[in-house]
Amino acid sequence: MADKNKGLGREFFKGIIKENPVLVMLLGMCPTLAVTTQAVNGIGMGLATTFVLLGSNIVVSLLRNVIPDKVRIPSFIVIIASFVTLIGFLLEGFVPSLYDSLGIYLTLITVNCIIFGRAEMFASKNKVLPSILDALGMGLGFTLALFLMGSIREIIGSGQWMGFTIPGISSNPMLIFIMPAGGFFVLGVIIAAVNKLANRKPPAELGCGGCEGCPNASKCGGNGGNEE
Amino acid sequence: MKEMMVILLSAMLTDNFVLAKFMGICPFLGVSKKFDSAFGMGAAVTFVILCATVVTYPIHHGILVPNGLAYLDTVIFILVIALFVQLVEMILKKSIPALYKSLGVYLPLITTNCAVLGSAVLNIDNDYTFIQSIVNSIGAGLGFMLALIIFSGVRKKMEYADIPETFKGVPATLIAASIVSVSFMGFSGLFS
Repeated sequence: MADKNKGLGREFFKGIIKENPVLVMLLGMCPTLAVTTQAVNGIGMGLATTFVLLGSNIVVSLLRNVIPDKVRIPSFIVIIASFVTLIGFLLEGFVPSLYDSLGIYLTLITVNCIIFGRAEMFASKNKVLPSILDALGMGLGFTLALFLMGSIREIIGSGQWMGFTIPGISSNPMLIFIMPAGGFFVLGVIIAAVNKLANRKPPAELGCGGCEGCPNASKCGGNGGNEE
Repeated sequence: MKEMMVILLSAMLTDNFVLAKFMGICPFLGVSKKFDSAFGMGAAVTFVILCATVVTYPIHHGILVPNGLAYLDTVIFILVIALFVQLVEMILKKSIPALYKSLGVYLPLITTNCAVLGSAVLNIDNDYTFIQSIVNSIGAGLGFMLALIIFSGVRKKMEYADIPETFKGVPATLIAASIVSVSFMGFSGLFS
């Protein structure tokens, strides 16, 4: 029993640091860069994605013996897109300000590789409880990464943080940090810092985060589309 | 005509899908190592974005809106795109094997490229007409291709650069992308 609990705990905690979807596995870069001009948006995007991830992981895990292998990709896509539509309605109704600031990126949660990757790699092979913990851990890791990115960009780029004004910076903020270029820069530096702290070799040159869990791995031949 | 040019050029340059809207970052970082693959991916994405718009626009305005089903946009669009990518792959394989050989490896990767779904949704959100949507999609695709090709040149140079150990790989690529993005900021305000 103790072993089992340890296993379940691991499913939860692995997503937060060791296998952090953004900073270590390099998945879901588009929303990470796009919505993190403010820390609040980062949290909102993170929680919305966690909701979709949780929902899709539960449903995929429940249906894992029902969905035929051949049509699993379209099935997963439909499940994910349904939950995205649902969270869209919920946010529009209850948090319209967040709905407006996330804009089109809310719809684009559908094509976030984290969600598809977890459905393909984890939920379609595991029972419901581990899948729930996996989704919560991964979602929390994603939210934390987005919050970190958003905080750095908001503090340096606009001199504010979660509604507080930061003295010293707010009079003369470095605007470039809330522009697209600043997003690339901050993410690059954070990933380098994570590499340094983890003291490990830098990840392979693969923007898609490797072929594990990639629906197209069998077709692209395992080199990320780079024909050698 | 002038309006069309503004839509085309602003989708390509000022609102570049990759460098200003952050759509399609995965292929941008993954497939931009060599000029050939950057060009192939760019061409394939342009083609699929254009086709996806041609298909999703009539579906939205002809079927979903009259029946009050517009909230199904996301579900239907992504399904249509996934089916369409599969279809294009099959048709190319049968009828134009040469083109399939050069685009083939990129086609399956495109389903999960947010630029395709993004441009389909943006065309609807911006209330573009059919012609405007098509022009916008072509601009988005060409802008994607332009960013990939420029960036493949930058990365070629980076291969000879002496990069600190911790920054090797993805971090250095992201910082280079940041600099390319700064250069695209020069276009802002061009069509306002």
